[in-house]
Amino acid sequence: MQPNEPSGTDASANPFETTSNPIIASTGEPLVVVENIEKYYGDFHALKNVSLTVNKGEVVVIIGPSGSGKSTLCRTINRLETITSGTIRIDGTELPSEGKPLAQLRAEVGMVFQSFNLFAHKTILENVTLGPIKVRGLSKAEAEKTALALLDRVGIKHQAAKYPAQLSGGQQQRVAIARALAMKPKVMLFDEPTSALDPEMITEVLDVMVGLAKEGMTMVVVTHEMGFARRAADRVLFMADGEVVEENGPEEFFTAPKSDRAKDFLSKLLVN
Amino acid sequence: MDTLIDNSDVFIAGFRTTIYLFLISAVGALVLGVVIGAMRVAPVKAANVFGTVYVNTVRNTPLTLLMFFFAFGYDKLGLIDLSYFTLAAVALSMYTASYVAETIRSGINTVPVGQAEAARAIGLPFTQTLGLIVLPQAFRAVVPPMVSVFVALLKNTTIAAGFSVAEAGAIRATLSERGEPQLVVLLWVAAIFVALVMILSLVQNRLEKKWAVSR
Repeated sequence: MQPNEPSGTDASANPFETTSNPIIASTGEPLVVVENIEKYYGDFHALKNVSLTVNKGEVVVIIGPSGSGKSTLCRTINRLETITSGTIRIDGTELPSEGKPLAQLRAEVGMVFQSFNLFAHKTILENVTLGPIKVRGLSKAEAEKTALALLDRVGIKHQAAKYPAQLSGGQQQRVAIARALAMKPKVMLFDEPTSALDPEMITEVLDVMVGLAKEGMTMVVVTHEMGFARRAADRVLFMADGEVVEENGPEEFFTAPKSDRAKDFLSKLLVN
Repeated sequence: MDTLIDNSDVFIAGFRTTIYLFLISAVGALVLGVVIGAMRVAPVKAANVFGTVYVNTVRNTPLTLLMFFFAFGYDKLGLIDLSYFTLAAVALSMYTASYVAETIRSGINTVPVGQAEAARAIGLPFTQTLGLIVLPQAFRAVVPPMVSVFVALLKNTTIAAGFSVAEAGAIRATLSERGEPQLVVLLWVAAIFVALVMILSLVQNRLEKKWAVSR
């Protein structure tokens, strides 16, 4: 855990003292618009009237306790999870329900999973080039050139010929980020990208993500890493029991949470 | 040994037909089986139903009965004339496909769901998700049971002998007319079958070794 944890009622905390957020990157144009979505798993009400707008270049961090619906919300954005009602639009286009139009839209939305999900039977390089070749129609040479540049950027270039099982968790997750970036997505979704990693590897993955955020990538990040939220988020969304309880800038949220639910959650983080 | 050498013409002709029948049926069963297996996991209700009904009817029908249908029932349907060999290959393909489909489906179930999710997330449609990501990994997981299915197919080809297809199972009948000792002939036929199955086991070993490193 980072030392800059929420300071709760500490009056001396200045909401503007730490890293300022790269608001310059945000153009204010809405890219992901989630409106009044509901999601049921049988009788269980997983998402309750959730709305969320992510503007171009913005980094939105979703936090909350387990079972609060934050991962479900993240997964509805590229329809790996269907919704019961409501609408989701990406860059003005409503999410198609299935088939080729859905596949085409998914290509515009990068996704990074908790368990990496690299293609186990393909090499690192093939993992990164598959999408560009099969979906974007790039030539193998072109795709490999871009892939190697991306792998270089996340520090895995020299492992390109290996298989995923031969890499550490942190390395696999960085490859997964490169794989998503290779599609040149409009927005990147991170579904608890560091939850399956040990502390040393968490940093190497977060560094890549902070780098992306600084470059102006639009990101939706579900995480328990409060340090990342403080460093990179433009906005924090706090969820509990399937609802968005609070939405605020990171400093405001961590230093002066408005809701009791958020105060309670943050106080528990401090103790641990 | 004399029995084998003196009648090599009959043995060669018989096993040649067996091998042809096996190869053609194996390819047919593999293609049809993959399609049926894919239908059972496809996100289309009608395909699921068709796949399930196919497996449950064809697999539950004795192969002999299926052969009977193709040998005697088919020409009553008034479709194009096909040789008994072709009909036998069709019957064997259809029958074996139901086992291939189930083997593949169990292989698909061993592939973590995250693999398919990651494939969909980069924009691959269902067919490519299945063909490029899920099936290759499913095949790797089911090499031993899949080879067993094809061993069974190889031996099942002898049933075609009952329907005028002169393959290895018919060697005994032919040679008993030449006055050869039947037991010896049968032992030779069995020995050659064992040798052929060993070739399949060899293929299995090679595939397991080849795919073991890449996981």
